[in-house]
Amino acid sequence: MLTPDERAEIEAELAHYPHRKAVCIDAMKIVQKHRGWLSDDALSDIGALLDMSAADLDGIATFYNLLFRRPVGRHVIYLCDSVSCWIMGSDRQCGHLSERLKIAPGETTADGRFTLLPIVCLGACDHAPVMMVDDDTHFDLTPEEIDRILERYA
Amino acid sequence: MPEDKPLTGNMRPDGEALDRESYERGGGYRALRKVLGGMTPGAVIEEVKSANLRGRGGAGFPTGLKWSFVPEKAPHPRYVVANGDEMEPGTFKDRLLLERDPHQLIEGMLLAGFATRSDIGYVFLRGEYKLGAQRVARAIAEAYDAGYLGRNILNSGYGFELYLHLSAGRYMCGEETGMLNALEGKRANPRAKPPFPPVSGLFGMPTTVNNVETLCNVPHIIEKGALWFRSLSRTKDGGTKLYGASGKVKRPGLWELPMGTTIREILVQHAGGMQDGVRFRALLPGGASTDFLTEEHLDLPMDFNELQKAGSRMGTGTMIILDDQTCPVGMVSNLEHFFAQESCGWCTPCWSGLGWVERILRAMENGGGQQGDLEKLAFQTKFWTPGHTFCALAPGAAEPLQSALKYFRADFERHINEKRCPWK
Repeated sequence: MLTPDERAEIEAELAHYPHRKAVCIDAMKIVQKHRGWLSDDALSDIGALLDMSAADLDGIATFYNLLFRRPVGRHVIYLCDSVSCWIMGSDRQCGHLSERLKIAPGETTADGRFTLLPIVCLGACDHAPVMMVDDDTHFDLTPEEIDRILERYA
Repeated sequence: MPEDKPLTGNMRPDGEALDRESYERGGGYRALRKVLGGMTPGAVIEEVKSANLRGRGGAGFPTGLKWSFVPEKAPHPRYVVANGDEMEPGTFKDRLLLERDPHQLIEGMLLAGFATRSDIGYVFLRGEYKLGAQRVARAIAEAYDAGYLGRNILNSGYGFELYLHLSAGRYMCGEETGMLNALEGKRANPRAKPPFPPVSGLFGMPTTVNNVETLCNVPHIIEKGALWFRSLSRTKDGGTKLYGASGKVKRPGLWELPMGTTIREILVQHAGGMQDGVRFRALLPGGASTDFLTEEHLDLPMDFNELQKAGSRMGTGTMIILDDQTCPVGMVSNLEHFFAQESCGWCTPCWSGLGWVERILRAMENGGGQQGDLEKLAFQTKFWTPGHTFCALAPGAAEPLQSALKYFRADFERHINEKRCPWK
């Protein structure tokens, strides 16, 4: 079942489009914001509201980089792995994050605090290397700076 | 506002967004008033055509001409979509316009909407642009409150609704028809063309898709005129351009400069030249999907025609600099990994060929290069051409690879012959 909040937010989006199905990506983002990820049940709940099958939604969810069909940690680290950040040493920052968090890219820490994901160019190439943690973008990364940033996310 | 920097000259130095009042104080919404006060849609299109405004998303298609493709008697509702997906690696120009002056974009969309007699607009933003999204959403609300959006705008009889859509993330969304599919709640695969979006686009209705920077130029063209706009440029293409530089330069950044500023001027005067201890080797002039240029090209003006003549493209105008301490094969391997990952998987040269090339390059970087690899790579680039592929993704992926094979052939051969990356 969608919660009243989820349903209200999805219905606000419905007013912006001529067809219910068009809202499905917004709807999945809304539900993921509340639940952290999109379970099979979540897809069924959304499908019931938008008259879509869970299979159809699954095909769409798996296409997009920012929709998760598996649980993630409390905070998601998106480390840019595109070209400008690569030139500026993002491999080293990735190695540092992996070592410190004891996970490979794509994995979640044992305590459920962080998931580390590579992401395509974040559009801040003049401040490479760059990463996002949840909604915040962090620029000009060094290993020391990364350590300081991680402290802020409990 | 500084006359020579219409896009950025009015921005606040503290990094905050201009709100409606401060945008108006800088001349904002004057163009909209002018248009609603008595210009015809055809006259708006003629002014934009005469300004020689070319699309800033990378392809450089003439904007006025694009608008004229919406048939006058086409059905309603018609749509205008601002392409703010900005996922081209090395590109960071629309972020500035979205975060710092969202009303400029809204006014540009209103003018595009008026010119094409459109009813509804969507700002399509990549999901990672959280700050841009907040600021655009606030600006849309302010514009509704002031009567610039909605029904009967400024009592003119013209109406335009505007909504913000945040993407769930995929490079394919930046492709015009992929973006329309994404807005319809589908996978962002490209569509077969024709029909083209001006005839049958979003939800099957006439649709105009323009890049954010393109749209932001329009209010200035309408307010100050095509002649003035053309005079900003050093070449035939009108206006200024947001140029950027990233990589190991002293001052990476973004600058609004006359269209046609030379590569050397951007690299040396604005970016401060190379960092100490590294030397310039080559550059991608406008994002990942443009051909490498080298030292011999530095005095070329950055505009659509000149770079095309030199065998590359201006693309998004944000340069990525390769230095001598960075492996060119590694750089191309990184680029092709991006294209392979972001391919939608629809057509075979793209999903199969990109994956193949990605594996060859990665092996080469890790000491597993084989004799014959360079021929395989060259063969693939000849396959990734319009006509063989469904959209421009694979042709874009061919550009850095084919030019790298030309300019860095000896480096590729060293990787294969020495069975290692000499930079590691």
